[in-house]
Amino acid sequence: MTVVTFIIHFVLIFILALGIMVLSALIFPFAMRRIWGFIGDRYGPNRVGPQGLLQPFADGLKLFIKEDITPSKANRVLFAMAPAITFITPMLTVMVIPFSPGFTIANLNVGLLYLVAVGSFSILGLLLAGWASHNKYSLLGGLRSVAQMVSYEIPLILNIIIIGMLVGSLSLDDVVGSQGKVWYIAVQPLAFLVFLIAGMAELNRTPFDLPEAESELVSGYMTEYGGLRFALFAAFIEWGEVAVWSMATSALFLGGWRGPFGGNAGWLVLKVLVMAFFVIWVYATFPRLQVDQLMAFAWKVLIPISLVNLGATGLFIILMPDNFLLPIAAFSWVSVVLLVALFPGLLRKALLRKRLRQMENFKLETTEA
Amino acid sequence: MSDNITDIDVSSLQPAMEEPLMTGYEQPVFRLEEMIINMGPQHPSTHGVLRLVVHLDGELVINVDPVIGYLHRGMEKLAENRTYLQFLSMASRLDYLSGIFMEWPYVMCIEKLMEIEVPPRAEYLRVIVGELNRIISHHMSYGDFLLNLGAGTPFFWAFRDRETVMDMLEMLTGQRMMYNYMRIGGVRYDMTDGFEEACRRFIKDFPPKIDEYEKLVTDNEIFLSRTLGLGAITPEEALDYGLSGPNIRATGIPWDLRRQQHYSVYDDFDFEIPLGRNGDSFDRYKCRIEEMRQSLRIIEQALDGIPGGPVNVKMPPVLRPPAGEVFCAVESPRGEWADYLVSDGGLRPYRLKMRDPSFVAISALPRILPGHKIADVIGIGGSLDLIMGGVDR
Repeated sequence: MTVVTFIIHFVLIFILALGIMVLSALIFPFAMRRIWGFIGDRYGPNRVGPQGLLQPFADGLKLFIKEDITPSKANRVLFAMAPAITFITPMLTVMVIPFSPGFTIANLNVGLLYLVAVGSFSILGLLLAGWASHNKYSLLGGLRSVAQMVSYEIPLILNIIIIGMLVGSLSLDDVVGSQGKVWYIAVQPLAFLVFLIAGMAELNRTPFDLPEAESELVSGYMTEYGGLRFALFAAFIEWGEVAVWSMATSALFLGGWRGPFGGNAGWLVLKVLVMAFFVIWVYATFPRLQVDQLMAFAWKVLIPISLVNLGATGLFIILMPDNFLLPIAAFSWVSVVLLVALFPGLLRKALLRKRLRQMENFKLETTEA
Repeated sequence: MSDNITDIDVSSLQPAMEEPLMTGYEQPVFRLEEMIINMGPQHPSTHGVLRLVVHLDGELVINVDPVIGYLHRGMEKLAENRTYLQFLSMASRLDYLSGIFMEWPYVMCIEKLMEIEVPPRAEYLRVIVGELNRIISHHMSYGDFLLNLGAGTPFFWAFRDRETVMDMLEMLTGQRMMYNYMRIGGVRYDMTDGFEEACRRFIKDFPPKIDEYEKLVTDNEIFLSRTLGLGAITPEEALDYGLSGPNIRATGIPWDLRRQQHYSVYDDFDFEIPLGRNGDSFDRYKCRIEEMRQSLRIIEQALDGIPGGPVNVKMPPVLRPPAGEVFCAVESPRGEWADYLVSDGGLRPYRLKMRDPSFVAISALPRILPGHKIADVIGIGGSLDLIMGGVDR
C-alpha cells in the first residue's frame, strides 16, 4: 500500500464515518421531535420546508451563527477538547461495523473487544466537559454520566461475551456471517433485552438520561456549551451514538445487513431506523430514574441476569458442543417468559424495596352533604 | 367530618409506611465537602422564579433555603391605592393558574361587609367556573410534575385538554386565564349560548382522558420509584406548618373548606374528598387526579340544578363598604386561599392581606427535602404544586 492509496482510503473512511454522524444529526433530532409531537398529540416542527423537513438545517444555521462562548473560569483547553473526544468515539466505532456482505472498514479479529473498548472512550469526554466547564450542574452531570456508564458497561460486556461464545469468534464479520440461518435475537432474547436496556443507559437516553437531566441539572455536562459545540453534543454525538449503537446491536442480534431478498446495507439502515424509533418512543413515554435506583437496577437486576445467562450459555456449549443453539434458545426463551411474567414484581422490588404496599392506601372520603 | 380543624384527631392518622419517613439528613461518618447549588431563580423547573439554595453532600440534600420575592409586585399595597372594583381585575393575576379563586374570597369579603345577598344563579355559576378552573390548575400541576420527573408527554396531553377547558372559560368569562368574572354581588355574565353543551360534552369526554393520564403514569414503576414514600410529611407536621389543599389531604386529614366552611352553595352537591394516607408525593399526585373527577361531578350537578333568575344584584355606582374587618377563605386548587380585608368606610380598602397556600408549602420545604436526592428537590417541589405568582404577590 503506497502512501497515496493510504491517504485516499483514509479520506474515504473519514467521509463515511463523518457522513454517518452528520446524517444522524440531521435525521434523528428532527424525527424525535416529530414523533414526540405525534405521541403528545400535537404537530412538532412543521413550518420550515415541506413537513418541516428543513428544520434541522435551520437549527444548524442558528447554532452555527451563535457566538462561541467559553466561561471565563473554564479550563480552556479541556473545554475545547471534550466535545472533540466524544465526537470521535462513535466515528471510531463505525470502523468494525459490517455494512454489507464483504464491506467492513476494518475486519478486526477482536472486533467485539474493540467495540467495547472504543465505545467507553466517550466517558472521558463527558467527564472532561463536566469538569472543565467550572459549573456545578456540569460537574454533577459529568460525574453522573461516569458512574452510570461504568456501571452499565458491565452488563453490556457480559452480553457481548455471550454472543462471542455463540459465534466462537470476536470478529463482527463472523458474528453477522454466522447468523445466516437464525438471528441471535431468536437464540438469545434474554441477552438482547439486557443489551437493549444497558445500551440505552450507555447512550444516556430516557429513562436513563440523568447526566443531562433537564429538569434537574439544566443540561448536565453540556450546560456551559453554546453554539456549534452545543450542537456537537446535543445533535451529533447523542444521535450519532444512537446510530452506531443501533448498528452494533443489529450486527450482534438482528443479523446486521441480512434480510430477505439478499442482504445489503439497506437492511442495516432499516434496522437502525427501527431501533432509533424505539429509543424515541421510550423517550416519549417514561419518566426519569433516580441516581441510586439507576445504579441498583444495573447491579441488582441486569448484572445478575447477565451472569446467570452467561453461565448457562457456557454450560450448554460445553455439554453439547455440536448442537448448542437449540438448548440455549430454549433456556433463554423460558427465562424471558418467566422474567416478563415476574417483571413488574422484579422491577418493583429492585426499585422500590419496602415502599411498595403504600399504593393501596388511597381512599375516597364520602362526606355527608 | 368536623367543621374545625383542631377537632380532627391526628393520632388516628398515623401513616401506614413500613419504611420510616425521611426525617432529614443524617451526617455520615465520612462527611464529604458540602456543595452549595443555587437552583433558580432561572432554572428549567422551579415554577416561575423560586430560588432554592441547596446544600449538597454529593447528590444528597443536607439543607434547603427557599428564597422568595423575585416576582414581588406589591399587590397588597396596590389594593390599598385602588377602589374596591379596580382591584378586582388584578386579583386573578396573583396565582395566575387559578385566578377565579383569588377573585372569589375578595368579593366574598366585600359582600360580607356590605351584607349583600348573592342570587343563587350567580352562586351556581361561581361554582361551575371555579371547578373548571380547579381542573385546569390540576392539569398544569399534573403536567408540570411529570415534566419535573423527566416525562414530557403527560405535559402535552394535559395541555391539550386544558385548552378545551380554557375555551369554555373564555365562552363564559371572555378570558382564558385572567377572568375578572366575579362581581360584588354576583358574576359578570350569564351563561353564553353553547356553554352548557360544551360543558356537558366535556363532562362526558374527560373521564376517559383522566384514565388515560393514569394509565400512562400511575402504575409505571419508574414513576412509583420517584414518588412513593418520597417527600412525605406526617399529619402532625402538616398541621403545624399549616399546609392545606391536596397537600394536607394527602396526609389523611379530611380538611376541605368546600365541606367545612359551607361557603357558597357547595352544600347542595354530592362529592367526595380524596384522602391519601402517607403524605408523600404519590398521594398528593393521586389526590389531584381524583379531585379532577370530583370536580366534574360537581359541575354536572351544578349544571343540572342551576336555578333561573338574575346573576347580579344592583350595586351603587360608588362602593363604600362600612368600616370593619372581615376574613374569607376558599378552597383553591392549591389549598386555602384567604383574604383578610380591613375597611375604614372609605373608597379603598384600608388593608388587604392574602394567605397563599403555596407560600405555606414553600415554608415546609426545608423540613421535607433534607435527606432526599437532588433530583427529588425538583420532583417534590412539583408535587407540592408551588406557584410563585401567589407566593410573591
